[in-house]
Amino acid sequence: MRELAAILAVTLVTTATLAVGVFGLRVSRTTSDFFVASRRVGPFLNASAISGEYLSAASFLGVAGLVLLRGVDMLWYPIGWTAGYLLLLVFVAAPLRRSGAYTLPDFAEFRVESKGARQVASWLVCLIGALYLVPQFQGAGLTLSALTGSPTWVGAALVATVVLVNVVAGGMRSITLVQAFQYWIKLCALLVPALVLWLAWRGDGSPTRHLHAADWVEPLQGPHATYLTYSLIIATFLGTMGLPHVVVRFYTNHDGRSARRTTVAVLAMLSLFYLLPTAYGALGRIYASDLVASGRTDRVVLIIPDRILGGSGGTVLTALLGAGAFAAFLSTSSGLVVSISGVLSQDVLGKRFDGVTGFRLGSVLATSGAMLLTFGTQGLPVAHAVELAFAVAASTFCPLLLLGIWWRGLTARGAIAGMVGGGILSGSAVLAVMVGVSAPGWAGAVLAQPALLTVPVALAVMVAVSVADRARVPAHVGRAMVRLHLPEAVEVDRGSFEPSKDRPRASAT
Amino acid sequence: MPRWRLLRPGYLGTEADRATFRTLHTATQMTSELRTGLTQASAERCVRHLARLLGSPAVAVTDTATTLSWHGRGQTHASLVGPLIEQCVADGDTTVHDHRDFACGQPGCPLRRAIVTPLTVEDTVVGTLIAFTPTASAGLVRAADELARWVSGQLELAELDVARTSRMEAEVRALRAQISPHFVYNALTTIASFVRTDPDRARGLIMEFADFTRHSFQRAGSYTTLEDELRSIERYLSLEQARFGDRLAVVLRIAPEVLGVSIPVLSLQPLVENGVRHGLAAKDAPGTLTILAEDNDYEAVITVEDDGVGEDPERVRRALAGDESMDSIGLGNVDERLRSAYGDEYGLVVETAPGAGTKVTVRVPKYAAGVRA
Repeated sequence: MRELAAILAVTLVTTATLAVGVFGLRVSRTTSDFFVASRRVGPFLNASAISGEYLSAASFLGVAGLVLLRGVDMLWYPIGWTAGYLLLLVFVAAPLRRSGAYTLPDFAEFRVESKGARQVASWLVCLIGALYLVPQFQGAGLTLSALTGSPTWVGAALVATVVLVNVVAGGMRSITLVQAFQYWIKLCALLVPALVLWLAWRGDGSPTRHLHAADWVEPLQGPHATYLTYSLIIATFLGTMGLPHVVVRFYTNHDGRSARRTTVAVLAMLSLFYLLPTAYGALGRIYASDLVASGRTDRVVLIIPDRILGGSGGTVLTALLGAGAFAAFLSTSSGLVVSISGVLSQDVLGKRFDGVTGFRLGSVLATSGAMLLTFGTQGLPVAHAVELAFAVAASTFCPLLLLGIWWRGLTARGAIAGMVGGGILSGSAVLAVMVGVSAPGWAGAVLAQPALLTVPVALAVMVAVSVADRARVPAHVGRAMVRLHLPEAVEVDRGSFEPSKDRPRASAT
Repeated sequence: MPRWRLLRPGYLGTEADRATFRTLHTATQMTSELRTGLTQASAERCVRHLARLLGSPAVAVTDTATTLSWHGRGQTHASLVGPLIEQCVADGDTTVHDHRDFACGQPGCPLRRAIVTPLTVEDTVVGTLIAFTPTASAGLVRAADELARWVSGQLELAELDVARTSRMEAEVRALRAQISPHFVYNALTTIASFVRTDPDRARGLIMEFADFTRHSFQRAGSYTTLEDELRSIERYLSLEQARFGDRLAVVLRIAPEVLGVSIPVLSLQPLVENGVRHGLAAKDAPGTLTILAEDNDYEAVITVEDDGVGEDPERVRRALAGDESMDSIGLGNVDERLRSAYGDEYGLVVETAPGAGTKVTVRVPKYAAGVRA
């Protein structure tokens, strides 16, 4: 009975996703609305889409699991994932939109005027995307296994297949409306059971057992806790701006101002959403503290309804949560696969294949690469695995964006050196952790949370190499800065015609 | 030479061959720079290669007045070569000067001779190439002369490129100014017909007409956003719809994600106008014009389709090739501008046949270096 309901819910979400992929394009586009301006994507809609794509398996399952496992220190995960948008808002959102760049490699090429920097950025997008895909597949596996008792690879393979079919068939291609809808599905799938469970908890006499354990409520417990916590803060605060599938959504904003408004709305939506996993974690502490011993804390969200309610009520809520979790895996994975395949087909596979073939090949490569990595990983908590992708993003794209937007002195070599250096340092630490390498003492702490070291190193390398290379500051840096920082409403010649190499500029004669 | 040496991997020819390769390689390295014209930047990047080709201790590249860049020893001479340049610009001949003519006052100066050769574009001197040597051999003078001629050739090609760009820009300006007289006449008579029967509509149409002309004449810059271009098309179509009434149906399906894409200004308008004027106006039955803009990851795909009378594909091919006699407004120009902005794979795709309507597809990357509205 329980399995049946769960399978039904997951099938429903999966077919709905596929159907939206196939028909949604038509449904969302049939209006022959005559006024173009009214078709603009408003900040609210776009913020829903960003949140929908952003809230992944880590947010849906992982945060509650970590809170259950390690207590208040883990609240930095949801806080960091939200506050990342604050930094994005203050430093990056509007200039990034004004730059006209669609992807991070585009931004690199625009700002430092170098194809080399573009290539490096492309590889990093693939790396970060793959690292981010792994926990999605992993989460899908354990969700399906918790719901139906299937082996974990089944869920992972299911999500990978659905995403691949969808992306290759041309559906799910960054349709704002669909992704916006996903946010509200995920929110409801967590919110409704949470309310029911809260009422049940009240009815149960509001027990608070296991909550008062010192190592759970007290912050900064355990070895190297201060370092680990600050490193986590750095990774999540600074990593958000370097996520490939989030950045492309800013292109949809009408101008820099609406990009800022969108970000504010995202902050509000994420703040609302992240209250819920915390609540699940606390409830799990009360009703399912045995999961800590068995090491299966990532399942807490799916198990809790049965523990509190039991019976058919528990079955329905579990099915609802399972469906929401699958929606999360599918939407985030699709966004990631689309981003990676776009970059792969544009920059890595090159001109050997035409656009569509390249894109399809790219999506196959991205999905299969992430699948292989998933099988190679050793039961890392889902939220931690996602946070490692943030650490790589923070050590590579964050310096590029911050320095690129706010410092005239950045050169192509500096950008490349910083991205490569930060990418190698953080990437190797992350991959080592993922395949199960561990070290004793400080080395272990640094491996587990590399960002506090790698982000400053990447920044320093980028600055130092740029200063040493200051003779090669990009020729059009002034023009680029005007474009980045001047509001669109200001009437000024932004130098729109900037001939590339083969279109020569006027000679001095 | 024994045969086995020919088969050796890494064998790169005789010493003479290799010298030739080196020279050609140096020349190739300069080509792309020189194709940007004679500027300080291009001169600075080339002067080193020029010095290597001539094998002289110091080489200067100048425009018609001052030194643009200097390679090698004795940089203090850079400000002393004014008279040399002047004479060369006046004569247009290669001349050899003694140290007297650019005396630096230093007795041990190693730059005893200067060979001044003109760089010309279409028989006008645009600059000079000055090679400084201890002694001027006839061979070196000859080499300097030939090198200057080669550089001049590259500069002429640069000029040609500039001419091509400015011709295209002039065409856009013409395209902007050239709201077809037929259209103006038709729009005004249509509006006139509404003045008595439906004054509000007439007023609305006049406003549309005013806004349309303003967009066409006023906007500066070579690029605009898809949103602005579509809005102008909307105005145009509402005027045409007023004229054609039920005979013209319009379907617009625009993915909101692509509204911000930068496109060359007036790159869709001519396609729509062609569709209405050549496709639908000639048709007796009511027709539909469909404009689709779809989001395709890093590209936007825009199609303009009419179910009108269609066209002979051969005539379209000629119009795209730039045949002036074709009466299709700017199809060739649009194609050329798209190609020059985004590369040859982004040209127009036209599908048509007599009686089968016309479908024009434009693909535009969301980001292309140097393309922004």
